[in-house]
Amino acid sequence: MIPWLSLITALPIIGAVALLFFPKGEKANATIKWFAIIWSLIPLAIAGFIWFGLFNPANGKMQLEEFAKWIPSINVNYHVGVDGLSMPLIFLTTLLTTLSLFYSKYVIHERVREFFLMFLLLETGMLGVFISLDFFLFYVFWELGLVPMYFLIAIWGHKEDRPQYSAIKFFLYTLAGSVFMLLAIIAMYITTSSATTPGTFDIVELAARKPFAGDWAFASFAFWSIFIAFAIKVPLFPFHTWLPDAHTAAPTAGSVILAGILLKLGTYGIVRVLIPIFPQVFQANATIIGILATISIVYGALAAMAQTDFKRLIAYSSVNHMGYVILGIAAAVAAGGATLTDRAIALDGAILQMFNHGVITGALFFIVGMLYERAHTRDLKMFGGLGAKVPVYGAMLLVATFASLGLPGLAGFISEFMIFRGAFASLTLLSTISVLGIVFGAAMLLWKVIQNVLLGTFDEGKWEHKHLFDLTMPEILTLTPLVILMVLIGVYPSVLLNTINTISTAILGVIVK
Amino acid sequence: MPDLNTWLLISPELILTVFGLLIIVIDLVGREKSHAVLPWVAILGFILAIATIPYLAQDQTIFAGMYAIDKFAFFFKAIGAIGGILTVLISIDFLRTRTPAKGDFYLLLTFAVLATMMMASSTSLLMIYLSIEFLSYMSYLLAGFLREDKKSNEAAIKYFLYGAVTSALMLYGLSLLYGISGSLNLADLTKQFAASSDLSVKALGIVSFTLLLAGFGFKISAVPFHQWAPDVYEGAPTPVVAFLSVGSKAAGFALLLRVALTAFPTFHAEWIALLSVVAMMTMTLGNLVALQQTNVKRLLAYSSIAQAGYMLIGVIAANVSGASPFMGLNGVLIYLAAYLFTNLGAFVIVVAIENATGAVEIPEYAGLVKRAPLLAALFVVFFLSLAGIPPTVGFIGKFFVFGAALREGFLLLAAVGVINSVISVFYYFSIIRAAFFEEPKDATLIRVPGVMTASVAICAALVLLLAVFPQSLIDLAGMGMGMFGIARP
Repeated sequence: MIPWLSLITALPIIGAVALLFFPKGEKANATIKWFAIIWSLIPLAIAGFIWFGLFNPANGKMQLEEFAKWIPSINVNYHVGVDGLSMPLIFLTTLLTTLSLFYSKYVIHERVREFFLMFLLLETGMLGVFISLDFFLFYVFWELGLVPMYFLIAIWGHKEDRPQYSAIKFFLYTLAGSVFMLLAIIAMYITTSSATTPGTFDIVELAARKPFAGDWAFASFAFWSIFIAFAIKVPLFPFHTWLPDAHTAAPTAGSVILAGILLKLGTYGIVRVLIPIFPQVFQANATIIGILATISIVYGALAAMAQTDFKRLIAYSSVNHMGYVILGIAAAVAAGGATLTDRAIALDGAILQMFNHGVITGALFFIVGMLYERAHTRDLKMFGGLGAKVPVYGAMLLVATFASLGLPGLAGFISEFMIFRGAFASLTLLSTISVLGIVFGAAMLLWKVIQNVLLGTFDEGKWEHKHLFDLTMPEILTLTPLVILMVLIGVYPSVLLNTINTISTAILGVIVK
Repeated sequence: MPDLNTWLLISPELILTVFGLLIIVIDLVGREKSHAVLPWVAILGFILAIATIPYLAQDQTIFAGMYAIDKFAFFFKAIGAIGGILTVLISIDFLRTRTPAKGDFYLLLTFAVLATMMMASSTSLLMIYLSIEFLSYMSYLLAGFLREDKKSNEAAIKYFLYGAVTSALMLYGLSLLYGISGSLNLADLTKQFAASSDLSVKALGIVSFTLLLAGFGFKISAVPFHQWAPDVYEGAPTPVVAFLSVGSKAAGFALLLRVALTAFPTFHAEWIALLSVVAMMTMTLGNLVALQQTNVKRLLAYSSIAQAGYMLIGVIAANVSGASPFMGLNGVLIYLAAYLFTNLGAFVIVVAIENATGAVEIPEYAGLVKRAPLLAALFVVFFLSLAGIPPTVGFIGKFFVFGAALREGFLLLAAVGVINSVISVFYYFSIIRAAFFEEPKDATLIRVPGVMTASVAICAALVLLLAVFPQSLIDLAGMGMGMFGIARP
């Protein structure tokens, strides 16, 4: 028995430690880069192997579980496992990490060793969150990702965008949320303990033991403590203000991981933890959460439309897109007569949207970064007519943008359609309002991005054009897997939905008896 | 005359006394030539003292009830001795150029550790006062040890003045207690309080606890008895500061816990109310003022004040009944052990940098990562631990302290505690910001002596290892809850 999940999580940090022993100097930098990239292929390969070789998508239970006692006196265990909710996200994490490292090979020239070391450390943190089934372990991994991301933004961020400010803002926002989550975690342990049996931090076990049963006030208190920690990460309105700063300042690869994976930690946590452990409280608050999601959706799209900075625009579009995920989740648990099918469709859509947003926005941040490398500006007013000048770049941008605005045939359409199809049954009014977000989102992307960047006339005088060249082979290689995924999920979503649907039906068993 | 067995029970104290005297003799006989040996003699003494501990812990008092031999005391004796070892290790290089009188220094330090051990065992009003004063006088001398240095002198004078005032207040409290009970023994005091329904006894009890708190608060640097800390931290020799921030603070907590839990269980509701206010003020003031600091030593002073606030939460939530792992008392012990390695580790780095470059201001730390990559990286580890972020042992400490607060229903305290730990990240990271993101003015590598590198590496390894495998520490702290005469409601 090979402990696959431990292996996949431990490999990146082992690689990070190994990087310390590489020799110093300019020549070693190339070795360091290749080592990190090739090393990151191993977790990617394992993730693929687990998903398509070992994982049974028809099984709605935890698979590949590993269990070991860790801190017996507080009943903390090393308990990990994977199911249809975490499997796609684990794969996405390893894929985006490899692509980010590969792309960074060509753009990171300073403090190379530290950069790749931090990135591998970050990967361990993210994978750890997705495999953890013990809340203590979950929390440790949750915080483990903070420090590397802080350094990635602060050291390799864009100097003109206040990277240090944005980095500490990111850190403090996330931490402020998570310390209250920590209190809720401890409180759950205490309420599930009795004179004879110790309490538990096990997420699966907690769902069965129902902490705070009968104590509505405390249950709500704990629910909101945890919810806000996750909502800050998503980020849900009104906790989103760190995101545009962090994204704008972060280096390209940092933005890709931030948008692609770190935001998913929040929505993942909501589905993994809050639905099973607090089904009633969640149901009672679903409308409020739905309202926040709707505001995120509409506000995110409108705020994105108001941006002139390309990266900030994509950052706000993330607020919009992650709003759909929350809307889907809220609709799946909302009170009312919605059938299990409706709810499952909403949750399927939400989970698929997590994956899709990772792929699409990941690609968009790469694309913005590539343009910035050429133009040294992200001001949307400075571009125009690039479609004819750099056609391959134009094509990539076009596909990613269309996927983002939900064009049928591409990934984004499927998940957003499913979210709305499911949500209309339980949150009819909010879904109706949220559709506006689709319209605004499409308008924003077509007008601000496609029209401003690709269409119009090419103006020689606006910026230094001597660096303007079409995508290089490494850049195309970076984007290709993501574009393939956008098309594949767009035309054949079952590849993911089979896995997702089993687990969302299983999770919603606590909502619909 | 106590029998041989009784003397054996205080062998850690006897060993340190002997080694302290030995240091004087070696210094007198060997003069300059012996200076290289002295620190290792002191360290040998500390190691021997620790080595006897596992064989001694019982649950009894000796010397007519004046002195407790229990696992609680031994936990603190071990902390004091480990703190002593690490302090010696960072002193060697620090003292080399700064003072000729090395023998005195190690003598004072050994006796200071001896005093913390006596504080941990005191169960009589007289012993409490004597041991606190003993530690205080050793600390005053250590703080002013650099006679040529004005700041060191200033630190000693300030420390002495604050110490004298709080000591007088405490003495007044002790005399009131003696008046109430007619006995010096803490156990008698408990009986007296429990038996009496007289309102004036109750009032006097509360007043005297408050007065005693002045003495303990001075040692643990709790608001409003904290004012000495920033000036002393800034002026005193940095290794001494490291010792004060850990050894002296731990001993203060030992006395506070013992007195509160064994002598004042009758006034439980009153003293937790009082300490709650003190804890919240200590955390909040420490952290908010730390935000303003630019001197690393002053910053660590306010950080150490704030840390005392978190530990007080564990004191307030101490409840040793029931089967929960969150007893409060064990939380304080875990926290102190975590704090020992974390804070001393951070101080090793501060001393190493001060020795090599003279830098103590945050801007002077600019580009540290290029000049001393290991030190800069380990700074991050220690600061994460001080802020209570996993995977560091500081997180385990906070986890148990906040857990106890939640178990006892002190939601507000827990909330204030976690908000404060978020605030603390900002100033800890201000040092990291300078060290990692700014360009150094002078890019030469900082040379760190091997002893320092070893000490900082050991501290960092423990900070990380005790976080990944915390069970042994939790077990030790669980054992350390064995306090003689503790009230089990």
